[in-house]
Amino acid sequence: MASPAVRVLEHRLLEYRRTFRGSIFNSFLSPALFLAAMGVGVGTYVDSTGSAALGGVPYLAFLAPGLLAASAMQTAAGESTFPILAAIVWVRQFPAMLATPISIRDIVLGQIGYFAVRLVLVATIFVAVVIALGAASSPLIVLAIPAAVLTGLAFATPISAFSATIRDGAEFNLLFRFVITPLFLFSGTFFPIEQLPEPLRLVAWITPLYQGVALTRGLALGTLTAPDAAVHVTYLAVLAVAGAFVFERALSRRLVP
Amino acid sequence: MADRCLRLRLVPDVACDPVHELTVRPLIHARGLTKRFGTFTAVDAIDFDVAPGEAFGFLGPNGAGKTTAMRMVGCVSPPSEGELTVLGLDPRTHGPQIRAQIGVVPQQDSLDTELTVRENLLIYGRYFDLSRREAGRRADHLLAFVQLSERAGDHVEPLSGGMKRRLTIARSLINEPSLLLLDEPTTGLDPQARHLLWDRLYRLKQRGVTLVLTTHYMDEAEQLCDRLVVMDKAHIVAEGSPRQLIDRHSSREVTELRFAPDVKDQLGSRLDGIGERIEDLPDRLLVYAQDGDAVVQAVHERGVRPESVLVRRSTLEDVFLRLTGRSLVD
Repeated sequence: MASPAVRVLEHRLLEYRRTFRGSIFNSFLSPALFLAAMGVGVGTYVDSTGSAALGGVPYLAFLAPGLLAASAMQTAAGESTFPILAAIVWVRQFPAMLATPISIRDIVLGQIGYFAVRLVLVATIFVAVVIALGAASSPLIVLAIPAAVLTGLAFATPISAFSATIRDGAEFNLLFRFVITPLFLFSGTFFPIEQLPEPLRLVAWITPLYQGVALTRGLALGTLTAPDAAVHVTYLAVLAVAGAFVFERALSRRLVP
Repeated sequence: MADRCLRLRLVPDVACDPVHELTVRPLIHARGLTKRFGTFTAVDAIDFDVAPGEAFGFLGPNGAGKTTAMRMVGCVSPPSEGELTVLGLDPRTHGPQIRAQIGVVPQQDSLDTELTVRENLLIYGRYFDLSRREAGRRADHLLAFVQLSERAGDHVEPLSGGMKRRLTIARSLINEPSLLLLDEPTTGLDPQARHLLWDRLYRLKQRGVTLVLTTHYMDEAEQLCDRLVVMDKAHIVAEGSPRQLIDRHSSREVTELRFAPDVKDQLGSRLDGIGERIEDLPDRLLVYAQDGDAVVQAVHERGVRPESVLVRRSTLEDVFLRLTGRSLVD
């Protein structure tokens, strides 16, 4: 007998089939547009003034892995906000599952499995676009895929936990406006955080997206040291696992009071 | 009536008649079952048993604790106190095993609107670890049973309320449960849809499926339930078959006397002594008596002229009114 969590994943994938084509198309289009505008457009300008602050790589090569990590964050945020609240309140897939042998833990594990599938798809397509645009500085870029998936999971489980505690989704606007967008802009995606003034640099360093960007970029460019890798991976893994436990607890309180 | 008594004698009870003493294990057994949310007690020390093959109802107004009791039986709300076994197992420790053998029709629809009618059944079958082929076979069979075969490939959203309820019932049967829990199965449906649903539930009962349902409709309880408990404010206030409850707590007939708004208040004691009991509702008086027509005659003899008069049989609504002083549906 397969684990009940696999059934939850199966359910999510069956639903995903409906939006699969649009989602895959979007996964190609979004990095292609961003890399063309920022990487090629801004990059030409940056590279003409010298790229010492970027570690001597072309701006496009610097930007691509950072943008990959940020895309993973955005995909994770998208999948762990409205779809989770819908499964609790509006469509009520989770209560329906709980009337069967499925447990809260199975839901959490199945949901993590689904996040992982989505993130692997998004990251793989992203890297394919990067390679197609000739923006990869080395074959090491493929190592950025698991790094991006881990980054995404570090966002998906805590945001899912948050979603499991709110009423109607109005709070999501605040989340996107005051958390996701600032992280996207100031976590080293577009420029090294060393460019920020001292106190802000520390704030940026502490954010999960910076940890994900640093890991992804370090792997893609081959500049990552083992101690740094250990810090980034531990940080992200702890966040993902802790988020999963909080998510489980929040679901229990809400659905099986 | 005798065979009903026989069928309902359960192990933990003292048998009413030694000759009919049976050793049927109850499917659900609850003693002192209690559920608290913080300082609020939703279900307060209720006792009940449900026998195999029985159709058992929780009747009561909104907020009486029916749904909470059902959720405890369905293993999605751990009891705060008391004893509860379902299919001989303890929901606290064997939730998944119990849920594998029961079907649940929740009060609020939880169909997956992202999927088609048939896919809803397939994915649900998978939760019970059915193979795709077996889930498909049962899905087709169940869609025919609830008369939705023609909508198999459609999405759920455009279905009518009655169709969605029927689909939910089909879904709850995918694991071929011996016990089906229905929380207000027909609330919000039009009369035609309700009758179709009742017919399907009756067929399930004929096949030996045990039905446990909550309702605040007395006609539903009378139609479907062999036996029911009346719940009010977290307690069980009466228990029996619909007929027994009416015999015990109401008269055979009821005479409803409607008056213009001011007239009723000026009646004073003019109707005293008529019937066994008079219930004073905002818009009318209910006079309980064995013979309703005799009541009408007595009222006329005292020179009282109601705007309208209706003589009818007592129903569970009257039982509820007697027991709690309130109507079922406010």
